[in-house]
Amino acid sequence: MKKTTFLLIFIAAVFSSAANFVCAQSAGDTTRTLNLDEVIVRGTRLQREVIPVQSLSGEELRKLSAFSVADAIRYFSGVQIKDYGGIGGLKTVNIRSMGSNHVGVFYDGIQIGNAQNGQIDLGKFSLDNIEEVSLYNGQKSNIFQPAKDFASSSAVYLRSRTPRFEENEKTHLKVVIKTGSFDLLNPSALYEHKFNDRLSASFNAEYVRSSGRYKFRYKRVFPGTHEVMYDTTAVRQNGDIESVRFEGGLYGRIPEGQWQWKGYFYHSERGIPGAIVNNRWMNSQRQWDRSFFTQGMFRKSISPKYDILVNAKYANDYMRYLNPDTTLMLIDNTFRQQEAYFSMANRYSLEKNWDTSLSADVQYNTLSSDMDGFVFPKRFTALAAAATSAETGKVKMQGSVLATFVRDRIRSGNTAADDSVRAAPDKKEFTSAFFVSYKPFAKHQFNLRAFYKYIFRMPTFNDLYYTDIGNVNLKPEFTRQYNIGFQYNKQWKDKTVKEWQLQTDVYYNEVNNKIIAVPKGSGQYRWMMMNLGYVEIRGIDLSSWALAELYNDWFLNLKLSYTFQKAQDFTKRKSEILQESTYGGQIAYIPRHNGSLIAGLTYKSWQFNYSFIYVGERYHSSANIREEYEQPWYTNDMAIVKNLVFGKTNLRASIEINNVFDQDYEVVLNYPMPRRNYKFSLTVEL
Amino acid sequence: MIYTISSCRDDVEMILSDDIAVNNPEAVKGYKGFYLLNEGNMGSNKASLDYYNFSTGVYTRNIYAEINPTVPKEMGDVGNDIGIYGGKLYAVINASNKIEVMDAETAKRIGQIDIPNCRFIKFHKGYAYVTSYAGPVIIDPDYRQIGFVAKINTATLKEIGRCYVGFQPDELEIIGEKIFVANSGGYMGAGDTEGYERCVSVIDIGRFTEEKRIDVAYNLERIRADSRGDLWVSSRGDYKGLSASLFFIDRKKEAVTDTIPIAATNYWIDDDLLYAYGTEWNNVANDWQIAYRIVDTRTHAIVKREMITDGTDKEIEKPYGIMVHPETKDVYITDAGNSVTPGALYCFDKDGKKKWSVRTGIIPGHFALLPNDEP
Repeated sequence: MKKTTFLLIFIAAVFSSAANFVCAQSAGDTTRTLNLDEVIVRGTRLQREVIPVQSLSGEELRKLSAFSVADAIRYFSGVQIKDYGGIGGLKTVNIRSMGSNHVGVFYDGIQIGNAQNGQIDLGKFSLDNIEEVSLYNGQKSNIFQPAKDFASSSAVYLRSRTPRFEENEKTHLKVVIKTGSFDLLNPSALYEHKFNDRLSASFNAEYVRSSGRYKFRYKRVFPGTHEVMYDTTAVRQNGDIESVRFEGGLYGRIPEGQWQWKGYFYHSERGIPGAIVNNRWMNSQRQWDRSFFTQGMFRKSISPKYDILVNAKYANDYMRYLNPDTTLMLIDNTFRQQEAYFSMANRYSLEKNWDTSLSADVQYNTLSSDMDGFVFPKRFTALAAAATSAETGKVKMQGSVLATFVRDRIRSGNTAADDSVRAAPDKKEFTSAFFVSYKPFAKHQFNLRAFYKYIFRMPTFNDLYYTDIGNVNLKPEFTRQYNIGFQYNKQWKDKTVKEWQLQTDVYYNEVNNKIIAVPKGSGQYRWMMMNLGYVEIRGIDLSSWALAELYNDWFLNLKLSYTFQKAQDFTKRKSEILQESTYGGQIAYIPRHNGSLIAGLTYKSWQFNYSFIYVGERYHSSANIREEYEQPWYTNDMAIVKNLVFGKTNLRASIEINNVFDQDYEVVLNYPMPRRNYKFSLTVEL
Repeated sequence: MIYTISSCRDDVEMILSDDIAVNNPEAVKGYKGFYLLNEGNMGSNKASLDYYNFSTGVYTRNIYAEINPTVPKEMGDVGNDIGIYGGKLYAVINASNKIEVMDAETAKRIGQIDIPNCRFIKFHKGYAYVTSYAGPVIIDPDYRQIGFVAKINTATLKEIGRCYVGFQPDELEIIGEKIFVANSGGYMGAGDTEGYERCVSVIDIGRFTEEKRIDVAYNLERIRADSRGDLWVSSRGDYKGLSASLFFIDRKKEAVTDTIPIAATNYWIDDDLLYAYGTEWNNVANDWQIAYRIVDTRTHAIVKREMITDGTDKEIEKPYGIMVHPETKDVYITDAGNSVTPGALYCFDKDGKKKWSVRTGIIPGHFALLPNDEP
């Protein structure tokens, strides 16, 4: 019965859009003009955000000593990055301690998927062509979006550069070359071409090579006396990477609308440097990745009251993992994933201040592998979202409901004939979110806001079907979020401080049915997945930004973020001893306190940038005992940038010094991070 | 301001041991105490050693780093087995590819023997024998990772020979002049149960060659001799349709002559009793099914007596290590819990009542009793 209801909603969503499309066309209104591309994606950043958002864009982003998207996201509040070290090391983002699988990562408006393990390695996304990185808690504050945009606990939006031309400009060429520590060689080129006012194109290519070699040090002192017990320095091995990326896009405008189409190709080979443990200081595992996707967006105002947005994507990913070490289990497995995605969103304005939207998405995922016992899972996902937003003077509200239907299929494939393999049962989930903001004073940019969101993440193909480890009985992992906060913004014309912004949010989250790996039987060679955990998170996110003109032409830009989080494991244990050791404990790798500071000083064509990241003490697990304790770490990074203009050519040179104070630290236990390192870059723009 | 924040991170201090009084002092019967090796989660480098002293009733947690503070990165990654022989304590540290050799009385490091992917250890007439999953280094397109037993001179701590056996050999047992090795094939059976090994290798110690294979069942793990020298072998099953079982090998016939249909995930043989527990995943209940059983090694019957009688078995999340004190008959059972946080050790008296319990390191698993008469 429920299934039928769901299908009806879904069909209704698809057909209503088609029907409306026809009706609206006959209405044939053409008076409304659309905003520029970037505004659509960016939203109204300094205006009234109903939903907490943080973003870094343009020059701000370029000035950071950030190589990948992960490096930039570290500056946001409420965020933890798991970083295994080096340019090739895995980097994942965890927002408000709900787990990295709960973060939706969107590239130019469409989610990047990984049905295999749900893990999006943000280290693979270069900042070279990224114009803006934004982070939303809950969901993007725009009801006119695909259903998938409503479907994660929090979201990171990456917006690549779209071509922009001055009057009479036809082409743009930008060439960047970066080099520095870890034998880094990183050239890239961007070409943008304007065919006419309605059509432009861009093409971007990047190459990265690095040996990934860096010195690290392990030192232990005797408690109290601080007498050195051991002090060993070694060089990180097998952290090399070589990658290429090609990206191309076409950007078009049509009356009352626009469209975009792009293709993305990434290929890399890297070493997996592994954990540094006693008597083993080097590993030999390798990984190859090849990702391709093509995606398109079409958006049109059919009438002043009715808009449509269509998104489509096809992605094809290949991954090969090799363990050539004959002392361990020999592994040489390849995994191929495909994803097809189509979405249609409709917005209808009921009144001037009252919008509604209906979106329907379908997605199909497959995973194949030459691994023994593999079951070749396929997943069909359908999502339908209905949302509405209304503004009544001081109050702005948004509400959305999302229906998700998931059906998995497998085939026995590489399994033995008598294996009783089966697919996970169908999932049908109904979830919702509600956002409200209130602006009490007409003259002040002061907004109060609150939200509630209930959403889940599906168990991944690995969670469910990985040979001998997967557990088809897994339930989805649910999160419930409550948030209340404010945003304040003030501008001055004649003062030293030109603008100041402050936002603070207090939140409470619950994670239910947390999916956890536990060993099977004895020994540590076989693990399985279980829904075991329950976590409560109480936190405060604070971020502030200020711009000041200190003296003629001397501008100072300050950005500060701070996060306090009490993320406690309330999973019940069976005995008093175990209960005492983990119940109520701060969960693994989540610091109580962390924060960042970015200070940028600009004088004419010179820029000086300083950034600081602080991650407070943490524990390796929810047993908050000294054996699991990890000290705080913090890095200080600096950069000097000089811009030069020769006629129509812009030159930009920069020197970066990262981890200036040469701190030895680990983000993840036994994965040492680089000490002081350097980067030089030169950009030529024509 | 930067300076004050920068001073927050200090030199990392090594972690000293903890003394916990868990029991009243007891009269020492045959053994001074025992070591408990905690495996530590793979990749965490958290193998650790605990010691319990019978005469004081004090449990000392995490003694290795304090006694051997200058060893870089401490004890290592994944402690898999432990044994005492000739006044030396041997800890097999699987993912650190070594056997850590310490003084049995003080746990002071003597040296290490490098054996890649080492698993279990046994001793015989001045030599230690260690099983290993590590395959030989040869160039072969159809490369197969056959495991071996390494022979180590316990006086020089040098490896002096290897005897190749089956795939992924686990426990071994030495009876007379023969080594019996339980081959698992654990790397190979994931997709197809037939990929698992199903044999016990019999090695002639004098020639140090495999002379025979005894067919038992898929995916063997443990092999222990009873007082008559007959062998009790366990199979893990295939984690699918085939459940775990316990098999009896008659020493003289060198063949399986009986099957005890219980899951024996781990067991300890004392006198004529085999103390076993079994953990099996139940897809219907969506939980582990745990059973504790005692088998009479003479009659092969399951003894009616319960190992735990006071309900404490309900508190044990994941039984892992098991030991019986040969004199007092106290039963020691460890709980690995969730495997990423510290576990627990329980001591039960011979009537199955809890005497004491204590928090251990992560994945407490392997015991070594320290005899009174050790030099």
